[in-house]
This record gives sequence, structure tokens and C-alpha cells, in this order.
Amino acid sequence: MAEKMLMKGNEAMAEAAMRAGCKLFFGYPITPQTEVAAYMAKKMPKIGGLFMQAESEVAAINMVYGAAGAGARVMTSSSSPGISLKSEGISYIAGSDLPCVIVNIVRGGPGLGGIQPAQSDYFQATKGGGHGDYHLVVLAPASVQEMVSLTAEAFDIADTYRMPVMIMGDGMLGQMMEPVEFENLPKREVPEKTWATTGTQMKRKKNIVNSLYIEPDALEKMNNERLERYELVKKNEVKVETVNAENADVVIVAYGVMARVAKTVMQMMEEKGIKVGVVRPITLWPFPTEEIAKVAESAKAFLSVEMSQGQMVEDVRLAVNGKKPVYFYGRNGGVVPSPDEICAEIEKIVGGMK
Amino acid sequence: MTTQIILAGFGGQGILFAGKLLAYAGMLNGKEVSWLPSYGPEMRGGTANCSVIISDTQIASPIIQKPDVLLALNGPSLEKFEDAVVKGGTIIYDSSLIASAKENADVNICGIDATETAIRMDAKTLANMVILGKCIKETNVFTIDQLKDALKKLMPPSKAALYDLNCKVLDAGYEL
Repeated sequence: MAEKMLMKGNEAMAEAAMRAGCKLFFGYPITPQTEVAAYMAKKMPKIGGLFMQAESEVAAINMVYGAAGAGARVMTSSSSPGISLKSEGISYIAGSDLPCVIVNIVRGGPGLGGIQPAQSDYFQATKGGGHGDYHLVVLAPASVQEMVSLTAEAFDIADTYRMPVMIMGDGMLGQMMEPVEFENLPKREVPEKTWATTGTQMKRKKNIVNSLYIEPDALEKMNNERLERYELVKKNEVKVETVNAENADVVIVAYGVMARVAKTVMQMMEEKGIKVGVVRPITLWPFPTEEIAKVAESAKAFLSVEMSQGQMVEDVRLAVNGKKPVYFYGRNGGVVPSPDEICAEIEKIVGGMK
Repeated sequence: MTTQIILAGFGGQGILFAGKLLAYAGMLNGKEVSWLPSYGPEMRGGTANCSVIISDTQIASPIIQKPDVLLALNGPSLEKFEDAVVKGGTIIYDSSLIASAKENADVNICGIDATETAIRMDAKTLANMVILGKCIKETNVFTIDQLKDALKKLMPPSKAALYDLNCKVLDAGYEL
């Protein structure tokens, strides 16, 4: 068995990125993700890569844009306010059909907010953030080991579909330590980057990276081609973990570290004779709509638990589509819902059914 | 079995390192572990704490609501967490810095002279190791030798010279 290491989520993610072939990192420090950049600064030079602290988030994301256009495996990371600053660049990268990996270790908002963990960037990550019709694949790890495997996979997904992939953690996941190993990381065959602007050497037609299409027909054509790829992503890339959901009295839908709290709640409620299931979306976009619809056939009710005022709950409602009641419980601003609070919420729901 | 431990004290007392050592020892002995720090504008003199879970089974929530063990190195930390400790749990506090703990017949409460002991051994920054030594004695999470093995592997080469002193202080805590 491979030797395990005890690492912080942020550091483990940086290590995984380098092992997945990421040679370029552009970033700007912000709590609670600074360890990603610090680790990259220490290790990148040793593997012949480049770490650069840009002068701002806007600069960093545009460096990512340039590097991705030249076909490099490139990454940036930030936390909520920094991702807002990067959103213009992310829209350009999506509009130019370029692959890259963007990490958001979410903290409480809006504005500068706070530095404690939150999930209040769900809308921003899954519904846009920047302008225009575009999507990111959004991956939501729930453990340090999963931060490692999903980071490795993120680069392959990005290259396969030529689109930016976001890894969305929170301050708690970034800061906590768990045992990890780096053996057998997921790896896929990815298409060659024939579109990269690497210099023609007078041997081929020039490649152009661009998101500007003045002619409406041309822009619509580009957007629709991208839409076809999004449909493929929806078909192929949905990831979800479902535990104990069949015939459950209440199914908690939660992602990231909240899903782990949900599993604690599941055990606590079992002792009280109430069957709680957990559906954990691992991809937030594409959202596991079909899986939740399937669970809704037999489960009696849903409870979306989030570190927000209620964002993912909208997608849960769309997936359940009126078949069963969908409730919400959340805390925000850096406060994490406790198992006791969630148990009380479930007892209220079950009490109302009787 | 699952043991949930909260370590708390002033920033600079080695709270986070002591927690990391427990988690690391757990990992080396084949357990599931998690280490969750309080983070924020923490500094020397401010408060710091971390939650360590050591378990035979997969760890669900890394957040501890009700610790089995509380290791408190200052007054505010003890006050913050002492009521949360489970029935049958253990509180170990540094009586060099804390006058007394709230009486609670359901909890094994040990006040030990951690800081004084460390100072007497010319190791004034190692009160954390005194507390850990006592923790091993009172809780049986690991043997003291398992903890020393973990410490040896965890200490960076630049501090290897301090290994023996750390072990002595651990032993002193164990004997208190």
C-alpha cells in the first residue's frame, strides 16, 4: 500500500495538480486558500514549472487565459472575493473554449465578507459568475483525499471538453488535515491540443484564440457548438454519492463538508428510528438531476442543507419537480450548521408528516 | 471506536502541533483521522484550537460537538469547551495557568502543572508535550511509545536535536 501523508486540503490539492502535469500557476493570496499558492511557490521551481504571484486577481486570470491558449496545463486558485474579480476572465476563457482549472476555497460573503467556510458561491459557480451563456464543470470534494483525486481529474475533464473546470471547496476543507495518498490518481486519454497557439513554424495555418465574434450568426454558431459539448458533459460527467436514500423519511442533499455533517446526522437519527438518507452531489454542474428524481420516487421528503441562505435548494426543487416536499436549512456568513440543528430540523419535518 | 479530542490554548503554545501529532500517530497506527484547526486572525497570545478525531471507521463530520477529551492550556479555552465534554470524558488542563475547572462528577478532570513542569525541565515551550503525555496516560488512545515514534517521523530534520528533550517531557507528563 502506498505511504499515506497527513496533509492540509489546500496543500494536497496543489501537490495533486503538479502530479497531474500542471506546470503553471498564477495566483494572488487570499485567506483561506493561501496554502495552495505557498505550496506552489515552494515546489513548482523544483519540477521546472512556474509559480507567479500576479499583481492582482484580474492579472492572474488573464495569465491563465494566455497560458491555456498556448496549450499549457494551468491553474489558479482564490477565495470568493478573488473569484468575483476573476469572473470576467473566466467568461473570456469559456468563450475562447480553453481548458484550465480554477479553485475556489469559499469563504463567507457577500463583499469582503469573512474568512470562515461558506457555500454561498454556488450560484456564482454553477449559474455563471461572468457574463454570457457558459458553464464551468464544478467539482465539490468532501475530503482531502477527494480534493486530490478530483484535482487530477479536473485537468483531464478540462482538456477533454475544452472548458474551464472549477474545484469548489470551503475554508474548512482547505485548512483541515487528513491522510492522503497520491498513487493511482485518475487519468484519462485526452485529445491533442491542435488548437493551441504554439507557433506555426510556417508549417500549418495559424491558430487563433478569441472570444469576439461581431457577426451574430457566427457568435451563435460558436455558442451552439459549445452547447453541444455541454450536453456531452451532462451525459458523461455527473458524479453523485447516494447513501441510504431508498424509502428514507428524509433525504438530506448536501455537498462538500456539509455532506459529512449530514452523514453524522444520518447516524444520529438512526438511533431515534428515523431513516435519513444522503445525496451528495460531487459535480454541482452538471447537477445530478436524474439521480435526485429517481430518489424522489421512494423518499418521503428532501432537506437541502447548505452553508448559505439557500442556493442549491433551487436545483434540488427542479430535480424533485414537485413530487415530494423540499425543505431547506442553512447557516451562513461562516457559521456551519451543527448536527443537532439539522436533527431538530428533520424532527420538525417528520413531525409535520404524522 | 472513535475518540474526539479538542485541544485549545493560546496561539504559540503548540496546540496545533500537538493535535497534528495525535492525528499523525493515529494515521501511522492504521486509524482514520482528521485534524481541523480554528483559523483566522490568530497570533501568539490569541486563542487557538483544533479538533482531532481518531477512529476505527470512516470519519463523517470533522467538526466536534461533544469531545471525549479536552486538553486546555488556558482559562478561556477551558471555559469555552468544558461544558461540551461527554459524560465519562476527560478534561486535562494546565493548572500552572488555570486556577480551577468547573466541578463535574461525570467527567475525569485532571489539573496538571504543565507549564511549570516544562519550565523546570528547561523546556518552557513544551507544555503541550506535558499535556499530551498525561493525555496518553488518561485515555489510552495510543501507547506513549507509539506517540514517540510518530513524533520522530513528524519532526523536521532541522529540529531532530530536540527529539530527546520532547520525549523526556512527554514522559514527565505521563508520570504526573
